[in-house]
Amino acid sequence: MNAALGAAGLAAFLALGEAVPRLGLVKEAYFPPTSRIAVALGDEVRDGAFWSALGDTLTGWALGLVIAVAAGITAGVVVSVVPYLRAATASTIEFLRPIPSVALIPLAVLLHGTGLRSVLLLVVYAAFWQVLVQTLYGIQDVDPVADETARSYGLGTWARIRHVLWPTALPYVMTGVRLAASVALILAVTAELVIGAPGLGARIAVAQTSQAVPEMYALIVVTGLLGLLVNVGARTVERRALAWHQSVRGEVAV
Amino acid sequence: MRRLLLRVFLVLALPVLLLLAWWVASDGSTQVYWPPLRTILRTFPDVWTGERLRADVLPSVLRLLAGYGTAAVAGVALGTLIGSHRRVRAVCEPVLEFLRAVPPPVLVPVIMLFAGIGDTMKIVVIASGCVWPVLLNTVEGVRAVDPVMLDTARCYGITGPARLRHLVLRGASPQIFAGLRQALSLGIILMVISEMFAASDGIGFTIVQFQRGFAIPGMWTGILVLGLLGFLLSVVFRLVERRVLDWYHGLRASARRSP
Amino acid sequence: MLDVRGLRKVYEGSGRRVEAVRDLSLTVEAGELVCLVGPSGCGKTTLLKCVGGLLTATAGEVLLEGRRVTGPPPGMAFVFQEYGRSLFPWLRVGANVELPLKQKGLAGARRRELVADALESVGLADAAGAYPWQLSGGMQQRVAIARALAYEPRVLLMDEPFAAVDAQTRADLEDLVRGLWRERGMTILFVTHDIDEAVYLGERVVVLSASPTVVREQLKVDLPASRDQLHTRVAPRFAELRTHVYEQIQAAKRGAPARVTASDRPPPH
Repeated sequence: MNAALGAAGLAAFLALGEAVPRLGLVKEAYFPPTSRIAVALGDEVRDGAFWSALGDTLTGWALGLVIAVAAGITAGVVVSVVPYLRAATASTIEFLRPIPSVALIPLAVLLHGTGLRSVLLLVVYAAFWQVLVQTLYGIQDVDPVADETARSYGLGTWARIRHVLWPTALPYVMTGVRLAASVALILAVTAELVIGAPGLGARIAVAQTSQAVPEMYALIVVTGLLGLLVNVGARTVERRALAWHQSVRGEVAV
Repeated sequence: MRRLLLRVFLVLALPVLLLLAWWVASDGSTQVYWPPLRTILRTFPDVWTGERLRADVLPSVLRLLAGYGTAAVAGVALGTLIGSHRRVRAVCEPVLEFLRAVPPPVLVPVIMLFAGIGDTMKIVVIASGCVWPVLLNTVEGVRAVDPVMLDTARCYGITGPARLRHLVLRGASPQIFAGLRQALSLGIILMVISEMFAASDGIGFTIVQFQRGFAIPGMWTGILVLGLLGFLLSVVFRLVERRVLDWYHGLRASARRSP
Repeated sequence: MLDVRGLRKVYEGSGRRVEAVRDLSLTVEAGELVCLVGPSGCGKTTLLKCVGGLLTATAGEVLLEGRRVTGPPPGMAFVFQEYGRSLFPWLRVGANVELPLKQKGLAGARRRELVADALESVGLADAAGAYPWQLSGGMQQRVAIARALAYEPRVLLMDEPFAAVDAQTRADLEDLVRGLWRERGMTILFVTHDIDEAVYLGERVVVLSASPTVVREQLKVDLPASRDQLHTRVAPRFAELRTHVYEQIQAAKRGAPARVTASDRPPPH
């Protein structure tokens, strides 16, 4: 029932995209009808350069995400476990986190030009905070009684991290990873678009400057589908990883 | 008193330490891209004069506020509409999921086609990027309003606009604020990018000008200004949120104490 | 005052049909305190929600003072079992009680008077400025009762209001409801699964069958009007009545056919 309604909604959306320019409500030059975007998409898919651009974008995204997740989790655990470190870093984290990663674009351009490292710098900076903050929240949520119990049974720091902190924090960490995955994609495409690092974003910029409007829309649709895959994939991974968990927690509104 | 001192110490110690480390490490630096912090700070007042604040920072902030405000109002209004009707939600869900998934910066070239390169373009870019997190979180929030509260409202004749104001929007407000917070960081990103693409004023424009002219200390001050702006906006957001969601944090804390 | 005639409620969803209430008739006189008691899982809440206009009956009708109930009628107030989810956590206690009065369009002075009076009646005069979640469960349910009182309903519907509070608080709240009823002369329809509570509180106890629900027996409680936890509950007549109701409910659970008893007559001594 819901699937049918959803499909109807999607069909209506596509039909609207076809009808609005055909009826002359907006200029076709600015907003090509769905069918022309579809044709352009077909051309893209047959073009080898498109696939290498897609590969570049995915490389930047995945590499950046992995680095950010590893760094975020490690930093989160260290900051939480070492006494006083949480309190001492709180103000610094609160100051650094809201700094928009795009502020680093000029620096990235000067340091790394249009290379992969420029993309990575932006992606890692943006995604890192998502993981770090959720990890901190997760560890803060650890039941003090459970931790005390573990201590009284003589579990060492490592064992406590492994058996008490980690299982409690995992749902939060997964939320952080999910948020980081979509932020990482946004920043990867942004870096390509603005800096010109090779990838889908750069291809969109090229299509724009060469007035290839249908191609530009087709590429935007591809980024949207990519984003959709990332969202759905991250949610699936999250559900799988937490299937054993007694309560799949909602994300903290931070 | 001692506890207060300890708190102040913990808040200030690391930032001071980091700044000192930056100062010492960069002092006497001859690398072009990493000028000494001393130089950056000396350049700062020369670059960010009152005139520049008026000519570049103010337009940026105004465009951000206009776009963000539009997105907030449109997102909450549409989200409430969609979230209140099961059928409408089912029809819209796939399309919304797709639209949300489009990385907002790619909208810049599209919107430039329609709106040129003026203020309108930048405001539309910011609004059309920020609207999705607000919209989707509002849908979730409205959908999750407690059925017992809805029954209560019906029993006591709380219907129509009053129901919306006192029940639906208040009940959904924690999720709405989560969406607004995501939207704020997106908004700043889009503000900068739209100015880097095509502009004649704004913080993003200024930073890129410095970078292209290899005025490296100037560029660094621009990065600092953006950082400060992000921090300030997040502080203001937090203050507003704390006021509006006071009850929610209290409720969560009390639920935590007695599970 | 309140007439339920041939009420029937069938839930339908994804190929399943559940008949919760079947052909149920019931009359409540003005100023009566009637307790509905039945085995757990019977359609008590469904019945009460139909009476309150929150659910639409599949067949039959509910009349309040001769007028057919199609939505929540203005002269009726509802106290829910889930006090924590029925009070608005973003409003302070006073504002929670006041909100329905604002909707009624009462003037500010009159509203303040009613709020103060209602909170006073439930013993929470000092709590107006607190948030509901700062109070204990029993106190939250008192707030919900105060909200109902301030609304000045002619009929008060209570759906297992004390099922989620501890035993001592429960006894206090039972006495509170009984006291308010005697003082204010409202009509109260009180749903519970607790037999002792039904007999202690009610002037009349309506025993419901297992689902699909019908009225199994109606029973007049011939205990003195002035009751207290200490003496009433050990009175021999109380024991007889509760034993009788208990047997009826056990029979209802087994699905034994109801003895046809004339309604409103106490069982023989």
